[in-house]
Amino acid sequence: MVLNNIEELLEKYENGETSLKEEQQLKNYFSQETVEPHLEIYKPMFAYFLVNQQEQFTKDVPLSTKKVFNYKWISVAAVVVIMLGIYLKSTIHNDLGTIQDPELAFNEVSKSLEMISKSFNKGTSTIGYLEEYDKGASTLGYLNEIENTTSIIFKKNQ
Amino acid sequence: MTQREFLNIVMPFKDKVFRLAKRLLISTEEAEDATQEVLMKLWNNKEKIEEYKNVEAFSMTMTKNFCFDKLKSKQSQNLKIVHSNYEDNSTSLQKQVELNDSVSWVSRIIEGLPEQQRMVIQLRDIEEYDLDEIAHMLDMNNTAVRVTLSRARKTIREKLTNTHSYGIK
Repeated sequence: MVLNNIEELLEKYENGETSLKEEQQLKNYFSQETVEPHLEIYKPMFAYFLVNQQEQFTKDVPLSTKKVFNYKWISVAAVVVIMLGIYLKSTIHNDLGTIQDPELAFNEVSKSLEMISKSFNKGTSTIGYLEEYDKGASTLGYLNEIENTTSIIFKKNQ
Repeated sequence: MTQREFLNIVMPFKDKVFRLAKRLLISTEEAEDATQEVLMKLWNNKEKIEEYKNVEAFSMTMTKNFCFDKLKSKQSQNLKIVHSNYEDNSTSLQKQVELNDSVSWVSRIIEGLPEQQRMVIQLRDIEEYDLDEIAHMLDMNNTAVRVTLSRARKTIREKLTNTHSYGIK
């Protein structure tokens, strides 16, 4: 009875008409130690299928979690910088304050103007050194003399 | 999607991808590379994974296409993938030397089948997919799958019978 069933299943199997369940039955039958001699040839086939079910993929897969740079954050940073700039600027202006007493204000202004003129004079005095440069340039004039003498020499050669 | 979520989705069928790739490309190294490639592609498109109805079937189709591309490029380069490293690693089921021998015959016979038949045999008899699923994966209709499967099985049986009765191929 069992054998008949198996033979029937094999017939169906070859026509591709067996269900997965019936195929499992066949696989079970052929994984037995002993099968009917005339069905022996099927044994390696089903054994092969079973063996191959077990093969595994062992290699690692490098899943790179590369971060895509998000350009949105650049705009965020820019906004932060601008806001900070505006904030700092306004606070610096406020810190200076104003002097209420006119006489004191006049004194302060003249003091700072004096400071400016002093340092300005210091700057102009250093320009005086430029005269030295002129002197140097005038000595270069002597080079003309050398040129004259060489021209005389060349003439003689000719 | 985090790496762990991705792995949870992919782990159950990565071996199937590998085995299908190996069935088509024959060489283990090639199959490993192909599997890696397929998984990387999935990972890179991980945002879209949720949209797919059946990630597994989708991956199998992807593997099939990838392997075909690979085979095609190999053919155009006039290089044959030489199978030199085929070995059944798990021998626990192959107790007898004789059986082992015939099992390797089966593997050789299957390698000799056309690609379409090899794939169908792989997906049906080894991975045990439904016929409809196979039809969906391979982009064939149900009857075509059945016919291909029947042809492949008959060929294997005939060749096995020959080997069995003559002891030579």
